Amino acid sequence: MANRRLAPAAEQPAAFAFSSENAEWAKGQIEKYPEGRQASAVIPLLWKAQEQNGGWLPQKAIEAVADELGMPHIRVLEVATFYTMFALEPVGRFWIQLCGTVPCDSCGARELKDYLHQRLGAPGHVSADGNFSWLEVECLGACCNAPMAQINQDYYEDLTPDLLGALMDDLAAGRPVKIGSQVGRTSSEPKGGADTLTDASLFDGSRVGAWRQRFEDKKAEESSEPSGKAEAASSEQRAATDPKPARPDAGRAVSGQSTDAPAQRAAAGQTPVKSGDQTDAADRTESTVRPGEPTPPPVDTVARAEAAGAEAGTQSDLPRNEPPPQPVASGASEGTDEAKAQPAKKPEPTRAAPKTEGN
Amino acid sequence: MTKIVVDGTEVDVPAEYTLLQACEAAGAEIPRFCFHERLSIAGNCRMCLVELKGAPKPVASCAYAVKDCRPGPNGEPPEVLTRSGTTKKAREGVMEFLLINHPLDCPICDQGGHCDLQDQAMAYGVDSTRYGENKRAVEEKYIGPLVRTAMNRCIHCTRCVRFLAEVAGVPDLGAIGRGEDMEITSYLESAMGSELQGNVADLCPVGALVHKPQSYEVRPWELSKTESVDVMDAVGCAIRVDAKGREVIQIEPRINEAVNEEWISDKTRHAVDGLRLQRLDRPYLRENGRLRPASWGEAFAAIAARVKGTDPKRIGAIVGDLAGVEETFALKSLMTALGVTNLDCRQAGERLDPAWGRASYTLGATIPGIEDADAILLVGTNPRLEASLLNVRIRKRWRMAPLAVGLIGEAVDLTYPHTYLGAGPDTLAEIAAGRHSFAEVLKAASRPLVIVGMGALARPDGATILSAAATLARDIGAVTTEWNGFGVLQTAAARVGALDLGFVPGEGGLDLAAMTGAGALDVLFNLGADEVEIAPGAFVIYQGTHGDRGATRADVVLPGAAYTEKCATFVNLEGRVQMTNRAGFPPGDAREDWAILRALSDVLGHRLPFDSLVALRRTLYGAHPHFAALDAVAPSDGVATVATLAGRGGTPDRAAFVSAVPDFYLTNAIARASRVLAECSSLARVRGLEAAE
Repeated sequence: MANRRLAPAAEQPAAFAFSSENAEWAKGQIEKYPEGRQASAVIPLLWKAQEQNGGWLPQKAIEAVADELGMPHIRVLEVATFYTMFALEPVGRFWIQLCGTVPCDSCGARELKDYLHQRLGAPGHVSADGNFSWLEVECLGACCNAPMAQINQDYYEDLTPDLLGALMDDLAAGRPVKIGSQVGRTSSEPKGGADTLTDASLFDGSRVGAWRQRFEDKKAEESSEPSGKAEAASSEQRAATDPKPARPDAGRAVSGQSTDAPAQRAAAGQTPVKSGDQTDAADRTESTVRPGEPTPPPVDTVARAEAAGAEAGTQSDLPRNEPPPQPVASGASEGTDEAKAQPAKKPEPTRAAPKTEGN
Repeated sequence: MTKIVVDGTEVDVPAEYTLLQACEAAGAEIPRFCFHERLSIAGNCRMCLVELKGAPKPVASCAYAVKDCRPGPNGEPPEVLTRSGTTKKAREGVMEFLLINHPLDCPICDQGGHCDLQDQAMAYGVDSTRYGENKRAVEEKYIGPLVRTAMNRCIHCTRCVRFLAEVAGVPDLGAIGRGEDMEITSYLESAMGSELQGNVADLCPVGALVHKPQSYEVRPWELSKTESVDVMDAVGCAIRVDAKGREVIQIEPRINEAVNEEWISDKTRHAVDGLRLQRLDRPYLRENGRLRPASWGEAFAAIAARVKGTDPKRIGAIVGDLAGVEETFALKSLMTALGVTNLDCRQAGERLDPAWGRASYTLGATIPGIEDADAILLVGTNPRLEASLLNVRIRKRWRMAPLAVGLIGEAVDLTYPHTYLGAGPDTLAEIAAGRHSFAEVLKAASRPLVIVGMGALARPDGATILSAAATLARDIGAVTTEWNGFGVLQTAAARVGALDLGFVPGEGGLDLAAMTGAGALDVLFNLGADEVEIAPGAFVIYQGTHGDRGATRADVVLPGAAYTEKCATFVNLEGRVQMTNRAGFPPGDAREDWAILRALSDVLGHRLPFDSLVALRRTLYGAHPHFAALDAVAPSDGVATVATLAGRGGTPDRAAFVSAVPDFYLTNAIARASRVLAECSSLARVRGLEAAE
């Protein structure tokens, strides 16, 4: 990245004003923020100004945005020079932002850079036909499909010099191009197709979220109150029988079970969290619970019940002024029960000593 | 209060303290670059890293609150280690990173010798670098005539950016780019627009921003430093006058929480070259219409020849803006001995009278008192130019919690949001009558403050306006026994002292306008009054420091000492008595002013009864004891004064108030002699014209 300066005066337009449509849009953006915080809209406004000005930000646009938001000019210049997504000099019809950060670099971004150098010359210059300009930028967050480039608003991934050249030819000629991976893979799945999370049963609720069913069964046994709780129970039941898939259903097959996730343990009829794991995870040197004091009730039960209700589209009617019911099948409450059952598990100063060594 | 252990010492500090403050309370020194007590916390230099027990890595002590520290496992107070191995290693690491891009040009850097980076590299750094790459190079920036940049040296502490945005209220600087390419600059390299911009060079912990006028002239260890008081405006900022040999090289701020905190205005700082230029270094006599150099004897003889035999009613004396209390007292004593009652010190023509009480010409609320006010009404004043540091205090008050500030007078940018109420006495009358919405704001305030400026007083109906403002202050309950919310904003350093001495027309005496009129007087003694036009006719004796307007109109010129060359008392606009100290000697034959008057009194046959400054002060303190209480504001009876003023009444003229300081940079003879301030003035004028377009 080089020093970013405004374009030379010769290239600057004499004036800038938002088109009436964009001005209306800008007003909507500014209205999102409370009185006195209008400066928060600076990035959307700069973005719009750049869009209106053919992909780059002239000095007058920076000043217009600053005046619109009541900011000192230098504050908007700070923002505009900070982000490489704001082009300060004229760009081609297709502005290629080539990622040159480590993952892309190790996957061949350097060849792409050489190619662009060879085809378009130094970065930051518009090609003679006005079609292209290019810039090496920092990570654009598509490392899994490296190397990649952003051309105008879209990402083009898995590039090679040949693919990039063809892509540029297509763009210049106005032919339709494919956005995303140029080697035909779906989003960021492994080259050659998905090889994990392919078991359909992962996504039908029989494994992930199965603990809900167990929880429901237990609850139905214990609770005989039909009226108010019934609604909550039914909503939770609905949540259990029709859970939100944890992953978008891509119809993949599962090859094997290598993890030890709570849901898997629950499906296998075990406790979701191994009691040993739970005690190991606790840092007894930093416990806020003093020995001898009663264990505080799990305060997040209400929140969790509400979240479950919200997922199912209803409100939970769990009373807020009394201790919430203890879900028996959940991992957290089992841990608590265990802790209650074994009062000997108090913090032991002698065992905790090595942990405080670094303090 | 929260307990915290710093290097084994347990201290009890308020919970909202930062670790850095707690460490300082415990006596531990924490190096820092970006942190500054009077600016917001940035936390970006990382030099203040300390080890906090229990924290996984060193924490930036400037940005970590004591209340955020976790207690030990058994409830022990949190523990900070500022001398541990981890802390030392962290500091060395930070210093090494800071020095990666910092050039090793200390031998040619003006900051050398008072450079934070230099000092801290010595104290906390390592002796060598492991960095073999090229250092980055940053283009120099133009950010104004007062601050030179050497941006290679910048370590991006952003103190300058924060100062201008927070204290000065003129956010001209910013950091553009990011990462290695971050650069401090103004918008498209325009000059900074603040009248306090010199302070950014003081704040700069490295040599990136240095004072342009004093570039490459001195090293700090060559300077003799004298603590003194500024006289460029009536605020009386605490300054340190640095002289090399007999020449004053620079003026730096000194901390005085009651007045200027630690800032000074550009005029205060850069009037320095005005002390060298245009100086009167020998007496002059006018012969055949031209001034010719003369000896002291010749000059005194010429004065004695004119004064002797002249009716005291035809003799007058005026005092300018830069005269100390001592020489004003000596002049008044001499004139009293001669039987002269034509005395005046109100050079701007302001309608003030010490007979109304001291509260009628000072700011009784005091400058720190502004922080207690909860509504402010400015009448005929632009404090930003007339008393920059007072304006900083109002801005500071506004930043603590926004308060209503109303302005009657010229519509100007005060650097903080305010309500522009109107241009002249009509608006004041409307508010007083309760017809204006701002009247409700003032009435609702528990400590309202009404400040009347010279723009409202230096006009024929000034006394009426003062009366109207006092009536308003009384009606809104601004003046009680606890809170004196009525004050006058003086613009001249000499004024309050001279008014305290009663240097105003005696019985049957003429005032300044009458004295300077044609044919009023035969002899006029002018002690440094350069802002008045004296009509032809009178024989004018000018005693002053610069060949300015006063000396041009004089028949005899007596060279005096400037404020850095004498030990003189000045009373600031609050009524605070302060003393300057001599940092050098007056040039050539020039003498201290009281001594000139003492010598002249001998020639005139009315020898003044003091032979030394000590004897003079003894006499002065006998007559006016409050001058003996240095750095203190003598309490004044605001209630009685406001009652007196309110009782005077009258109908003011309808003309709008005009600013008393049209050109901030050129308000007195010293400032007008300064080339640096002349450049600032022309830049400000251009900026004003651009803003008007």
